[in-house]
This record gives sequence, structure tokens and C-alpha cells, in this order.
Amino acid sequence: MKKLSARRRHPLAALVVLLIALAATGGLYATFAPADKAQAQGESTSQQDKIETGKKLFTVGCASCHGTGGQGTTDGPQLVGVGAAAVDFQVGSGRMPLQQPGAQAPRKPRVYSDDEIEALAAYVASLGPGPAVPESAAYAPSGGDVARGGDLFRTNCAQCHNFTGKGGALTDGKFAPPLDGVAPKHIYEAMQTGPQNMPAFPDKSLSSQDKQDIIAFLDEVNGDEAPSEGGFDLGGLGPVAEGLFGWIFGLGALVVVAVWVAAHTAKAKKS
Amino acid sequence: MSSGSENNMSPEHLPNEQDAEGTVAVPGADHPFADPGLPAHQPRKQDIDEKAAKRSERVVAFLFLLSMLATVGFIASFVAFPVDDIRYVWPLGHVSILHVMLGVTMGIALFCIGAGAVHWARTLMSDVEIADERHPIAADEETRSKVFADFQQGAAESGFGRRKLLRNTMFGALALVPLTGVVLLRDLGPLPEDKLRHTLWGKGKRLINMNTNEPFKPEDIETGSLSFAMPEGLEYEDHDFNTEIAKAALMLVRIAPDEIKDQQSADFGVDGVLAYSKICTHVGCPVSLYEQQTHHVLCPCHQSTFDLSDGARVIFGPAGHPLPQLRIDVDDEGYLTALGDFEQPVGPSFWERG
Repeated sequence: MKKLSARRRHPLAALVVLLIALAATGGLYATFAPADKAQAQGESTSQQDKIETGKKLFTVGCASCHGTGGQGTTDGPQLVGVGAAAVDFQVGSGRMPLQQPGAQAPRKPRVYSDDEIEALAAYVASLGPGPAVPESAAYAPSGGDVARGGDLFRTNCAQCHNFTGKGGALTDGKFAPPLDGVAPKHIYEAMQTGPQNMPAFPDKSLSSQDKQDIIAFLDEVNGDEAPSEGGFDLGGLGPVAEGLFGWIFGLGALVVVAVWVAAHTAKAKKS
Repeated sequence: MSSGSENNMSPEHLPNEQDAEGTVAVPGADHPFADPGLPAHQPRKQDIDEKAAKRSERVVAFLFLLSMLATVGFIASFVAFPVDDIRYVWPLGHVSILHVMLGVTMGIALFCIGAGAVHWARTLMSDVEIADERHPIAADEETRSKVFADFQQGAAESGFGRRKLLRNTMFGALALVPLTGVVLLRDLGPLPEDKLRHTLWGKGKRLINMNTNEPFKPEDIETGSLSFAMPEGLEYEDHDFNTEIAKAALMLVRIAPDEIKDQQSADFGVDGVLAYSKICTHVGCPVSLYEQQTHHVLCPCHQSTFDLSDGARVIFGPAGHPLPQLRIDVDDEGYLTALGDFEQPVGPSFWERG
């Protein structure tokens, strides 16, 4: 104890205490927090049950903005006819429920479990016909043509999302989000439903196969295994960013070296 | 209390006695402050210690040798690694080993030459300070009058001032001869004629989906969607495809009829399907950053913003004109067709645009 007391004024003491406190809080929470009760209720759950469950979840979590029947209010758009795909995208990517009003709902950790999202989607789909959640065969990157996907991406998507899907700025604080790390299913659903200010690319103007090609291209350029040829892609933002980096940090480093060389005398007697 | 160095009059803080040339040393009426002159030369370690000099020599030679090795490594890497050899290198991630090796070896080769040269100059080359006095720029009086007299004599002997006809015709010849170069500029290419005013669009041309190569029907364009069209008859394989699409590129949106604020714009479309030029009227960037809730289109180059629900009016940025809108209709078979070319020239303003 005496040893501990002697170290209480050590510069790192506060940090250590903070870390211990955080670890203790986290550990206690993990021990006592209610276990996930959303155990799948088995395959037998019928569509009607899902809609019922979804309606309850909707009434609690969504109705304050979207209206009790999804008819929309001044705070949120109407959801009749947006389809299950829109719900799966918005809730599955954590954009909904909205945390706070703003220019745009950002991606964030999701709030609902898979089963709850499925139930919500079933309920919203029951309000009016709309695009369904795609089958995994429709969006698996392995089923797409990467080169054609690149062509389509540059024609339809690159103007906002940058040519390798790094995202970009729009007007008044809105932005096109980066596409690396986004689940292929969500990319597919976004193209199909046009979330927020993104225009939709329905099957008639961009077929299901075209969408899969685009997903394959994004997986090729942004996937975990995607190579960065030169080893230093600087965010993949293109030649302007690279040139700026070269001028500021490359030349800056040379200037620092020159100053360092000149500041150190070579004389035997240091003055 | 303050006995800083400025009050310290001990001999080592006074100006040095000047050297043999004895230019300036003592303060006088003209120079109230003594010229401190140059500090005495201090030798380097390498000047006094032969061992240190040898060591410096070895360091410099080592740097130059390292550069040679790196150059050999560059050539060897170029030969040894195929360009598609992707490997994991910490901390860079998955990289093309060829690119990284070329960069690293070339960097070492160049850096070592520079570092060796700097080290050589700093430790081994003479570093004795040399004062090089400035001299007046003007030549002395005698030289100047000689040059002036020579010039006068030359001017008189050439008859430049007397034979005015020769002088003036020579001026004329010199003034005209650059025109040969100016005239040749005309050969840089044909004049644009009226190409800036016309695109491939014309009456009866169908709008072809750039993704599927199929003609559009109005029902293909949903509210909130964005599609791109090119004129019927233009093929990706055409030799002038890029020239033509650069003017004819079209974006198609559908806006609910009660949201369209401009009546003429609504009349130009079909049931809210509007066809606008994709070429920004500022400097011609492709402008298609469409926000489907606000109907604003943002140009990525200079942030010009157009409101597609209001006849593509410019609501922000440097663009000078709205995006031209193509008049479209539905033909007998139900496909979208153009009713003519754009009524204004597409893309940036030009001198004769009016």
C-alpha cells in the first residue's frame, strides 16, 4: 500500500486509475446486463406473426416520426410503398432510428437485431407494394463482372461516390458516404430504393445483373484483399490529393532535413 | 544589476583587429560602430584529426556505394518481379511488390547521392570563410566614354540616321516577319463553325439507356431515380463516340408534376420525366450529382448548383446559364423521343454564343 501511495503523484497515475475504472464499469455491465432475449423463435414464425411483431416495434420505435400507420408526419416521410428493401437498408445500416435531425442520417451501429429488422420490414412491406429484400444470389460479388461493373459505376455512381467509392461532399452538409465496408446487400438495396437524397436506380434503368456487376467492382477495389498497388493510396482520392500530399509533406520533409543540416555545425569546437 | 553581454567590455567581446589588408577596424566619425569583421576561423574535427577525416571519407564512400547497390537493386527488381505480383507487406498492406521495390530502391539511390554529397561538402571540403567585397556595378568613366564614342562612330558610319529610307524599310520588314508565325497558327485545326451549337439530338431520335442500350419508355423512369441517355444511332464503337457524347450526354429524372415550378420545363417533358443536358454551363464538367429530395444537381468541379424542378435554374456557383433542356415526347411505339436538338448550345459559354 505504501508503494502504491508513493506512486500516486506519478504523471501516469491518473491514466491508470481511469483505465481501471473503465474496465470495472465495463465488466460489471457485461455481467449484469440483460442477456439478449431475441432468441430466434424458430422457422415456424409465420408472415402474419412477423407483421404483428413488426407493427409493435414500429409503434414503439418509428411511429413518432413516420406516423402510426407509416403515413408520414412533418418529421418523417411516408413509408407506404417503400418496401422491405428500404427498411432493411435504413435500419440494417443503423441510419434509422434517427439519432438527431440533421442534413443527413449517417451510418452508425445498428439498434435492432436481424429478427426485429425482418419483422419491421415485413410490417412496412404490408403497407404497400415495394421492392423486397434481395436474395443473396442477387448481390453476391462472385456473381458479377468486375470490368463491366467498373464501367457502370463510372457512368452511374462515380460522380458522387468517387471512382473507387470513397464518397464525396454534396450541398448543405449532405454527403455521399464512402462505400468500403458496406455490406453488398445494403449496396444493392440502396441502388434499388434510393435512400435519402440518393437517386434510385430501379431495375428498368439498371438491371439486377448490372447492380451485381457494380457490387463485384466495389468488392474488387475496396475489399479486404484489394491491393493498393503502390502501397500508399492516400485515401484513393486521386491525383489532386496525391499532388498536394507530395508538395506539402514530401517537400516539407526535405525542407526540415535542410534546416536540420544547416542548424548543426561541423566545427570541432561547438559554440 | 543587469550585467549582460552588451555591457561587457572585456577584450573578447570587442571587434577583432582586422587582418593585414586593414580595411576597417576602429570606430570614427564616419562609422560610429566598429565593423566587427569576420570571426576567427574555427577548424573542424576532420581538419585537425586525420582519423576523423578518414572516417568521414568512409561514410561518404559508403553512401555512394549504397546508392550504386540500390540502383542495381532497382534494375534487378524490374527484371525479377512481375507487375501483378501482389503480396502483403507490413504496414502497407497488399501491394504490388514491383511498385514498392522500384520506389524504395530509387529513393535510396537518389537520397544516398544527396546525403553523400552534403556530408562530403560539410566535413571534408574546405570551409574557410572568404569575404568577397562588392564592387560598383558601373564601369569607370574612361571605359564609359570610350564605349559611348565607339557607338557614336558606328552609328555615323552606318548611315542609320542619314539614310531614312533604309532605316524605315528595315523597321517595316522586322515588323512584318512575325506575321509568318501568326498565319501558321491558323493551321492548328479547323474552326468549330456551328458545332458548338448542335448536338446529335434531333427530331425523332429515341433516348437510349446508357446502361442497357435499350430505348427508354416513360414508365422506366421512376420518381426519384436518375438515368443517363444517349441519342439513338450513337454506338460505343463509333470513332467519334467521345466527341459526340461529350455534347449529347443527357440525364433523365422524374419529378412529381406538382413539384415542377417552371411551366415551360414541365411542357418540355413527359408526365414529369425531364431530360436535361449533363454538361455544366460553366466549364463543361459532367454535372450529375443529383439529390432526389431537393432536385438539386451539383457540379463537382466548381459547385455550381442547378434546380431541376425549376428549369435547371442556377441557384449557386459560377455557372452562367441554366442547363439546356431537351424537348421530349412519346412516339407511336411508346418510346421516349427527342422533338429536336437542344434550343440553347450545351456546355460552357463561348465568344459568339450571344
